[in-house]
Amino acid sequence: MTLSILELRGVEKSFGRNHVLRGVDLDVAPGQSLVVLGGSGSGKSVMLKNALGLMTPDAGNIFFDGEDVTRDQGRSRDAMRARIGMLFQSAALFDSLTVWENVAFRLIHADRLKRKEAKERAIASLKKVRLGASVADLRPAELSGGMQKRVGLARAIISEPDLIFFDEPTTGLDPITADAINDLIIEQVKGLGAASISITHDMASARKIADEIAMLFEGKIIWRGPASMIDHSGNAYVDQFVHGRAEGPIQPSI
Amino acid sequence: MSNASTKTSGGFPNPLQWIGVGILATCQELGRLAIFASRVKFAALTPRWFVGAILRQMVSIGFYSLPVVGLSAIFIGAALALNIYSGGSRFGAEQFVPTIVVLGITRELGVVITGLMLAGRVSAGIAAEVGAMRVTEQIDALKTLSANPFRYLYAPRFLAAMVTLPILVLIADIIGVMGGWLVSTQALDFDSTVYLRNTLDFVTIEDVAVGLIKAVVFGGVIAIMGCYHGANSKAGATGVGRAATLSMVSAAVLVLGLNYVMSTLFESIGL
Repeated sequence: MTLSILELRGVEKSFGRNHVLRGVDLDVAPGQSLVVLGGSGSGKSVMLKNALGLMTPDAGNIFFDGEDVTRDQGRSRDAMRARIGMLFQSAALFDSLTVWENVAFRLIHADRLKRKEAKERAIASLKKVRLGASVADLRPAELSGGMQKRVGLARAIISEPDLIFFDEPTTGLDPITADAINDLIIEQVKGLGAASISITHDMASARKIADEIAMLFEGKIIWRGPASMIDHSGNAYVDQFVHGRAEGPIQPSI
Repeated sequence: MSNASTKTSGGFPNPLQWIGVGILATCQELGRLAIFASRVKFAALTPRWFVGAILRQMVSIGFYSLPVVGLSAIFIGAALALNIYSGGSRFGAEQFVPTIVVLGITRELGVVITGLMLAGRVSAGIAAEVGAMRVTEQIDALKTLSANPFRYLYAPRFLAAMVTLPILVLIADIIGVMGGWLVSTQALDFDSTVYLRNTLDFVTIEDVAVGLIKAVVFGGVIAIMGCYHGANSKAGATGVGRAATLSMVSAAVLVLGLNYVMSTLFESIGL
């Protein structure tokens, strides 16, 4: 059995009396693309933040490349993050910096590269997501939503991570732009040979980028299987979600 | 059902429970603030320092506050001179105007006015900026890129405020005294040379130093309040607005409260 690049074991997280994660078990093999489906409020984002170390689980453990990183701080946490890329839902670009400074942020601040060299690598990374050198000196606020996502992707892949997280990569984009982002994600993730975990509720995106799909419901993974099995999961919850029906075992959260 | 030790919503509300909940919440908040403040101080006092960020903050906090600080100081100095003159004239003590103006400005008013203006301009500004960064996940992004927000965001603001506030206060002192001099010589028939000589003969280095020491403390308080409320901002425009309001109010109250405490302290050690 190959070692997982990331493994969550029995992860629980509560906010007051709101038990968001109730024992999540999940693992991703190196080079594998896993999509986690889940409705609004199912705990997808909280799961991602725990996996990234932005939150500490109340119970359970998180293993990165075989090592327990659940409560890591400081240098060991930074060492893990140097091997992880993250594309935030809103791209989360720093609006006080230019586009290339955003893309090269890790190179400048953590790796202490010279600015000239960092800029060259940033422009190379922008090229990979089909953005020209002309945007390098713009501010993030001057870009469209789709372009901001691309810049976010360029920032996530610049240090050639082993694992990339995508938080709703296509939310808020038109279908054509969304598909272009999906293509870029597949191309770049496969190009790096990296593993990826994407959380989404966009079925078109999930079908396209996933090797395997898991479904998170009420703080637990209730189903997992190959992407080709998603229409024959034999799970009523998954069926309802895949076909987007208001009637079924899942109550709409309105 | 009406058991006071449970938090059930059933039964008659127990006023003691509200008091207890309120006190516990206050203690928790103070604890969180104390931990946050000590982490900011630790990040400010140990490498590595983001020099570029510190310099940018010094310009934004210090340089761009000059107009508001100068204007406030000149009006306060002028009003102070007028009031001391009208009060002093009741028992023939008008000649004390320059000495009391310079003492009042350097020991109290220069630093308090600067502190209050910056509680508004700087503390609320920091809270809004950091709050907006938090709600758009930029602070999470910083962490995932191995940049500690305490080092990259908060410590530069803290250091910049502690360095620039004394400079601003020194400028406010000079402009405030000038405001008093302007009114006294233009409207109150004081001789310019005599006024200035009285001012310079009377003021001591300690008077100015007292104001500057207070300014360093106020600078730290203003920056920490802005960062803390920004970092704990709730989502949305109301969340960020509330963070800005809270930081401004808490910084202003702390400036006034700490000013009194420090004045008492300096008094007791004879400064």
